Amino acid sequence: MRDGIPHRLGRIASGGLGRRLVIGLPALWMGLFFLLPFLVTLKIAFSTSIVGIPPIGPIVTMTDDGALQLTIHIENWSYLFSDPMYVVAYVRSLFTALITTVLCLLIGYPMAYAIARSSKRWRLLLLMLVIMPFWTSFLIRVYAWMGILKENGLLNNLLLWLHVIHQPLAIMNTQWAVYIVMAYAYLPFMLLPLYATLEKMDLSLVEASQDLGARPFTTFLLVTLPLSTPGIVAGSLLVFIPAVGEFLIPTLVGSPGNMMIASVVFNEFFNNRDWPTASAVATAVVLFLLIPIVLLVWLRARSDARAAAAAS
Amino acid sequence: MTIAAAAHPPHIRIEGVSKRFGEFTAVRDIDLTIGRGELFALLGGSGCGKTTLLRMLAGFAAPTTGRIMIGERDVTAMPPYDRPVNMMFQSYALFPHMTVQDNIAFGLKREGVEKREVARRVAEVMALVKMEGLERRKPAHLSGGQRQRVALARAVVKKPEVLLLDEPMSALDKKLRAHTQFELSAIQRQLGITFVMVTHDQEEAMAMATRIAVMEAGRIMQVGPPQEIYEQPRNRFVADFIGTVNLLDGTVASAAGDHVVLACPSLGQDILLRTARYLAVGEAASLALRPERITIASEAPRGDGLNSVAGRVHDLAYLGGGSVYRVALAGGQVMEVSRPNLGLGGSAPLAIGERVVLSWSPDAAIPIDP
Repeated sequence: MRDGIPHRLGRIASGGLGRRLVIGLPALWMGLFFLLPFLVTLKIAFSTSIVGIPPIGPIVTMTDDGALQLTIHIENWSYLFSDPMYVVAYVRSLFTALITTVLCLLIGYPMAYAIARSSKRWRLLLLMLVIMPFWTSFLIRVYAWMGILKENGLLNNLLLWLHVIHQPLAIMNTQWAVYIVMAYAYLPFMLLPLYATLEKMDLSLVEASQDLGARPFTTFLLVTLPLSTPGIVAGSLLVFIPAVGEFLIPTLVGSPGNMMIASVVFNEFFNNRDWPTASAVATAVVLFLLIPIVLLVWLRARSDARAAAAAS
Repeated sequence: MTIAAAAHPPHIRIEGVSKRFGEFTAVRDIDLTIGRGELFALLGGSGCGKTTLLRMLAGFAAPTTGRIMIGERDVTAMPPYDRPVNMMFQSYALFPHMTVQDNIAFGLKREGVEKREVARRVAEVMALVKMEGLERRKPAHLSGGQRQRVALARAVVKKPEVLLLDEPMSALDKKLRAHTQFELSAIQRQLGITFVMVTHDQEEAMAMATRIAVMEAGRIMQVGPPQEIYEQPRNRFVADFIGTVNLLDGTVASAAGDHVVLACPSLGQDILLRTARYLAVGEAASLALRPERITIASEAPRGDGLNSVAGRVHDLAYLGGGSVYRVALAGGQVMEVSRPNLGLGGSAPLAIGERVVLSWSPDAAIPIDP
């Protein structure tokens, strides 16, 4: 009896054109716009640099006696580890992304919490205010930040006027500027999943905690915070992953000496015209990010399934 | 107003409490005293203010006016985490990320109870609610009945002065509900904690409560033990809300001492009434008459001084232990009558359309406020 309903549901869901379409479309999308470009990049990463258009040598050639020959160049890859510039840029990217994620979490959590707990009438308006800047060009918003952060900018003038500082702060063209602008740019990606988690949280759990003697802050630490971990994880991934590959912000407001990995790829492609090395770097970044995250998600899913199986 | 029975000295005093949400008044000027060790039920339909009143006792809502005393302490402005009160939530509100054991230990740990003592008391309440062996489960892996037990255990483990229960049975199926009612009452007697329960289910309130407050539109319509609420409803709302009732409207034709004759056009005749209540001749009066207080038979009864009215069976429902008849009277009113099914030797079954005579004694019907 108890197995009847899931079984029947399973039968409705299995097969059928609708189901195949629902699964097939995203798969097609991922194949066309992620897997295929990735494979093209991977292929370039194993070829050699030549002077020509395109500036890469073929990896499959015909020999004189008519056999197909596959030539794989792995020296592009050995560069990545022999020249410290790549590793330094990559580690700097990871570190910057980490700082950005932490800043977004610290700013985004209280904001998401306040919006989720505000009255229904206010909630929509506040969410709109969070999303609205996205309607203007990203580039313009970054330029606006340059106006705020530069030596003679809004921030410095304000602080000087308030006598908080006596000399302008050098924020522009430092990593500080990169952290500030990146935290600003990525905040909604943290805030929205956090809001979604906090908004649907059962408030009677908070009341139950207070009823059992926990003060508001204890209640937050023991109930609200642990129950919002799915939102924290989702928001952190949404911020961290694109932040590692951020190109525009460090280029515009950062220091040219503190290159991040995306700038390295850009330079290899367009300044050095070394497509194979650029592709090797790009592929390595994807792999180094993707593998740990996939592993993490998979381990989590497995432990959840185990817990469920153990309890039933 | 009603005084708490002597066995239950006053414990909770609600004095002139109102609660307004903007334009809406959820609770209107309520005065109520609940005795120590009582199992008190706040009974009413949705939106009657019972849950708001309970939440004010818990400290989740502050009264707009009035004050609430628990024992000798004024708790009106006291936050929930300082009140000597625990609540069992309608949704149970078990922490999904904690095991059963951690859920129950939560309140004790907040009090700073020593670790071994926590373990001992958790084990004690787990035994009380018969949940031993499930300490390590997460709430998601418990049945509805088990969750309810954990919620109860979590709410009583701190030995609160008062336990508040918000619709404690609403998530259980009917059979389990009946069983749990007895169990909960037994636990209440065993612990001696004052229970205040909110329910919309009158049977639940009748079965469990020492006293019931029937609420409607933010007011208390009547307070009293279940028997009093059922047998002497004060007004039309209470009579109608609790159980099934026939409401008879008439005018006092004559009154001599406690014997009153009432002209009832909807019955098509006069009826006799014996009541301690003073009714003046010519005054309009309403009576509440319970279905089981009416005798239904094919012929008029021989007894003296009984009311008897002729009618025709309009509808009937066989309920196993008894049957319910709806009888249309000459005056147009339809009366509901219940009769136990006594089987062999009992009265013959009646069929739809059959002519019958209804009779009841003059003190069976209760005059109520209109």
